[in-house]
Amino acid sequence: MDMNQYLEVFIDESKEHLQTCSEQLLELEKNPDNLSIVNEIFRSAHTLKGMSATMGYEDLANLTHKMENVLDGIRNNKITLNPEIFDVIFQAVDDLEAMVLSISEGGDGKRDVSKVVGQLQLIEKGESPLAGANANAEVAATAAPVKQEGMKGIYDEFELTVLQQSWEQGFQSYEITIALNEDCLLKAARVFMVFEVLEKSGEVIKSLPSADQLEEEQFDQDFMVTFLTKETKEDLSKKIMKVSEVQRVEIREMDHLTLREQGSERAEEQTGRELLPQADASKPEASQVETNKKVSNSRQSNNKTIRVNIERLDILMNLFEELVIDRGRLEQISRDLNNQELHETVERMSRISGDLQTIILNMRMVPVETVFNRFPKMVRTLARDLNKKIHLEIVGAETELDRTVIDEIGDPLVHLLRNAIDHGVETPEVRRASGKDEVGTVVLKAYHSGNHVFIEITDDGAGISRERVLKKALNNGIVTAHTAASLTDKQVYELIFASGFSTAETISDVSGRGVGLDVVKNTIESLGGTVSIDSREGDGSTFLIQLPLTLSIISVMLVEIQKEKFAIPLSSIIETAIIRKEDIMNAHSQQVIDFRGKVLPLIFLKDIFEVPVFSEDEEFLSVVIVRKGDKMAGLVVDSFIGQQEIVLKSLGNYLNSAFAISGATILGDGQVALIVDCNSLIK
Amino acid sequence: MSIRIDGEEIKVIVFQIKEKEYAIPVNQVRAIEKVLHITRVPKTARFVKGVINLRGVVTPIIDLRARFEIEETEYTESTRIIIVSLEDMEVGLVVDAANDVVDIPAANIEPQPEVVGTVEAEYISGVAKVEKRLMILVNLEKILNPAELKEPIMIEG
Repeated sequence: MDMNQYLEVFIDESKEHLQTCSEQLLELEKNPDNLSIVNEIFRSAHTLKGMSATMGYEDLANLTHKMENVLDGIRNNKITLNPEIFDVIFQAVDDLEAMVLSISEGGDGKRDVSKVVGQLQLIEKGESPLAGANANAEVAATAAPVKQEGMKGIYDEFELTVLQQSWEQGFQSYEITIALNEDCLLKAARVFMVFEVLEKSGEVIKSLPSADQLEEEQFDQDFMVTFLTKETKEDLSKKIMKVSEVQRVEIREMDHLTLREQGSERAEEQTGRELLPQADASKPEASQVETNKKVSNSRQSNNKTIRVNIERLDILMNLFEELVIDRGRLEQISRDLNNQELHETVERMSRISGDLQTIILNMRMVPVETVFNRFPKMVRTLARDLNKKIHLEIVGAETELDRTVIDEIGDPLVHLLRNAIDHGVETPEVRRASGKDEVGTVVLKAYHSGNHVFIEITDDGAGISRERVLKKALNNGIVTAHTAASLTDKQVYELIFASGFSTAETISDVSGRGVGLDVVKNTIESLGGTVSIDSREGDGSTFLIQLPLTLSIISVMLVEIQKEKFAIPLSSIIETAIIRKEDIMNAHSQQVIDFRGKVLPLIFLKDIFEVPVFSEDEEFLSVVIVRKGDKMAGLVVDSFIGQQEIVLKSLGNYLNSAFAISGATILGDGQVALIVDCNSLIK
Repeated sequence: MSIRIDGEEIKVIVFQIKEKEYAIPVNQVRAIEKVLHITRVPKTARFVKGVINLRGVVTPIIDLRARFEIEETEYTESTRIIIVSLEDMEVGLVVDAANDVVDIPAANIEPQPEVVGTVEAEYISGVAKVEKRLMILVNLEKILNPAELKEPIMIEG
């Protein structure tokens, strides 16, 4: 049978399963007694084994099989988890990832895994994977056996634990059935209001149907929620009835005893709160209905998605842009003809195509989670290698970015994280000595603001030492002693982005070959973004990356030079000005102006771009003031046309590198305008 | 050049430059367009006239007269842009006219006679005789060689 057609699906799914494995493993490391997590990993590993055997990747199947055996042992309490076992399993997952990667790159997925397999086998036999550490493995299993049948039909283990705990804390649990009027039009809105009322007086831990089915109005008139509160039945009922169009409320007290019986074996388990992944826990409670993990889990399974090749989306986008251009023409024609009916139709079409544009652009948006989700494991490995204790906090993983940005941003982030862990966070001993918590915290935070997405990497480590940076920069000839003294702290920090700079006194494996941070800066700038540093010595540093929401649509200022139109990205423009010709001064061979007390070099785009001249200069010059980092220049143009959102296009593969041109766009009249690359104009 | 000689005939698009007839196999041609507005791209090779908006795709344009170092003329009503594609490149070629599709028997294609010396000779992969017409088969790989983009620039810069 020809397997090639399934290969892509296989690779995608394998990656997903491996991702689940590593996420759950990290979770398990925090809650080693929670066997439901082991089950989760086991399922993923099992599916992966099946798939790889079918596809004929023996090594992959073999290693997964060994890992599965160990997991099975853990599940049945034959093996007790300890850090060594975790290391081996992580190693196995790493190997599996490498194999899948090799397959996706056209390789055969073979890899020497005998060491890991050997270690897994040792674990399986109940011996320690490390010679001489046998004693550890002999510790008897103490966790209680898992009751297989359970109450899975209604409440899962997580929910049972939450129930159990809340009883202990004196909460009352109710099952509330709420029925809406039959003629209720906005059922989802009513549900939301009911939830809002409930959230004020307690916590909803489960709903039937699930929260998103409720949101999509996939229910008749009534729905049920399980609710924890300290209020009485009567008060609750009154509060809910205040929501209009609620027909009837039934509140039933939950029977502690039956539930407790089935939940008792799990009483020793960790509290439910700790099971929440950090990203979820720190997420602001924006949506009332998504407060518990189970609900968001069920959303994943309910999501109806298909995989679409990114190329097809690009084609769709292209076709759509053409439509936009034709729309512009139609609008022009309809204005000229002044026909009412035509006018209305064209207007309607414009509105629809506007909606369409939003949808198409949104389709290209991917949550940064796809990049962030590999970091927890990386940080764990790194922390172990460096003998540091690090807690990685991820905030705002759901923030969306254009697919093209996502693809590029991974490496710079890895670099900055490594940098924060290697150079930023101190060793536990040093931290203790300076009165900090032994465990260093690294926060990775993403959020939207205006037309940009910000990604912050903050550590609470040693911060950047001004003296050390300056000393290094002087040694490497990046600054002179004269300028060094006058630099602000911020300017000093910027120096670590200069090429050929490395502050680590000793070169380590992890980072610090001095080739890194300037590459990071370049990559981010090539994406149209910026990166800046803030730091306080002793308290830690923050790297702030600012990225455009999307690469395919940018805001520009359109300018005219003789008969040609050019677009200048707004992101590099500081302001525009009109100056008198006689204000121009000559400094050496460079024409400059005095602009707000600064000497501003002028660049005549007409000369740089060799624009054919039709009319002579006027008395006044229009200048667009642009910047690259902290350098500025004034681009002299003939006139400003205005600000516009444009679709960024490449010049085609034949002309991929034109001087000082970063791309092209198609204007409303169907003509092509070139986009000026300010970065290459300023030296 | 990727002309299939094994078949009896190949189908070509015939175009004119300065009264001579040239041919490109149809499988390399995407479209033939009238002259659209060309946006000049600064500081590139002299024969690159700029880019056009070809149904939403920004496409570079080469003037074949300039490429063959024949004197350039104003574009007229009959001037056409032949959109050709080679590997992952799509490029438009400006020609004086293009109005014919001809089947050339493979047997009629002869290699370029060696009496050359003109620039265009480099860009020719063969000559075909059909009835009384002599057609020059162009070599797209040579014409679209990106390495040559770099060389004639920056003289006045």
